[in-house]
Amino acid sequence: MFDAPGPRSRRRIFWVSAVSVLVLAGLVALGLRQFAAGGQLDADRWRPYLTWPVWRYLLGGLWSTVVAACATGVLAMAGGLLLALRPNRFTRAYAEVMRTVPVLLLVYVMLFVLPSFGVNLPLFWKLVVPLALSHAASYAVIFRAGVSAVDPGQREAGLSLGMPDGVVTRFVVLPQAVRHMTPLLVTQAASLLKDTSLGYVVSYTELLFNGRVLANYNGLLIQTFIVVAFVYLVVNLALSRLAHRLEAARARTAR
Amino acid sequence: MSLVLEGFLNTVALTLLSFAGALLVGLLVAVLRVVPVPLLRGVGAVYVEVWRNIPLLAWLVLFVFGLPEVGVKMPLFWTAFTAIALYEAAFVAEALRSGVNSVASGQGEAARALGLSFRQSLRHVILPQASKRVVQPLANIAIALTMATALAGVVGVVDMTRAAQRINLELAQPLLVFTGVGLCYLVMAAGIGFGARVLERRLA
Repeated sequence: MFDAPGPRSRRRIFWVSAVSVLVLAGLVALGLRQFAAGGQLDADRWRPYLTWPVWRYLLGGLWSTVVAACATGVLAMAGGLLLALRPNRFTRAYAEVMRTVPVLLLVYVMLFVLPSFGVNLPLFWKLVVPLALSHAASYAVIFRAGVSAVDPGQREAGLSLGMPDGVVTRFVVLPQAVRHMTPLLVTQAASLLKDTSLGYVVSYTELLFNGRVLANYNGLLIQTFIVVAFVYLVVNLALSRLAHRLEAARARTAR
Repeated sequence: MSLVLEGFLNTVALTLLSFAGALLVGLLVAVLRVVPVPLLRGVGAVYVEVWRNIPLLAWLVLFVFGLPEVGVKMPLFWTAFTAIALYEAAFVAEALRSGVNSVASGQGEAARALGLSFRQSLRHVILPQASKRVVQPLANIAIALTMATALAGVVGVVDMTRAAQRINLELAQPLLVFTGVGLCYLVMAAGIGFGARVLERRLA
């Protein structure tokens, strides 16, 4: 978008950088002062987060988050595969509905509607089932894109070698499609992990809900949720780094 | 019935306002991510990574219950608006940036070869081509944002989803209430999709 900077633009870049450092430092100082005024920066309020019991509790929440995300992922991928393999009016309508209706509404249906029809699932499934229903549509999109990214010549070549259709799909198209979609699958996993924070609503003891319990217990609301947010950030950053790596690896081998 | 209307209006207002806010902030962040100053690019990147890797619900809880404790007091609706707008701004910024990146690099090089400045080539060459490519991604973000406003109900804003849950407690007509609300979301998304198609045709 721009040429390598010459001496004049280098000078300008220097000054813009200097000014923005000052502005940023000012903003940070303002924020810190606001926090300090409320006593939120006192060491006493942060010390609990250096102790193991608190972390054990939060990491226990993270573990439940991961378990819920994995269960959702497996169910949603199975659903997505079904949706992707059978494109018809029903599956298209399903995908359209799931793209527009909030997961929270589905969660409420699980919590308040189905019990009155005698369907009362355990808490874990009250979180996982709505998430899986909604994410199945996203997985279907990823799968379809992955399959259509494979050069049609590959399928034709397989067929012309006399392989049956199923064999071509299984051994020629899908292995290549999987390579195309792994980065997207990892990105989707991050979004899934974020959505399990709805456990806060269904009282499933995942990371965010545990944060709420902890904050109610020790009264350190801001500190607790900042730490919880930080844990989410670290996990999801690791996932997106992984997606990046896979993408780079794919770009290197796909030729 | 008034609860339904209140919820519907709150959802619509929250969607429109936060999308406007997200566009504004997102544009700013996207600009930060492409300027020739490395430091500002870093600031833009940090903004995007921090906001989109933490669940919106965590942001909402932090804003709604946390801000009053550090002396920032706003009405509930506006706190929710701020959190949603800042969160979606990260996605808007990414959509805008990839739109700009999707313009072939030869276009920018050609503009510079003709002696156009950075600002001129952006204004006359890059942006006109990028603009029609970002309409569809932005519409998808708008639809996701409509769904995201439901989370504001969790922290106390009476939005459509929240209203449905409350009415259901009184009326005990779950199928009717929840299907109705679901249809409202479908209609809103259809409206956004239609608007995007019209806009896309205008720009093409």
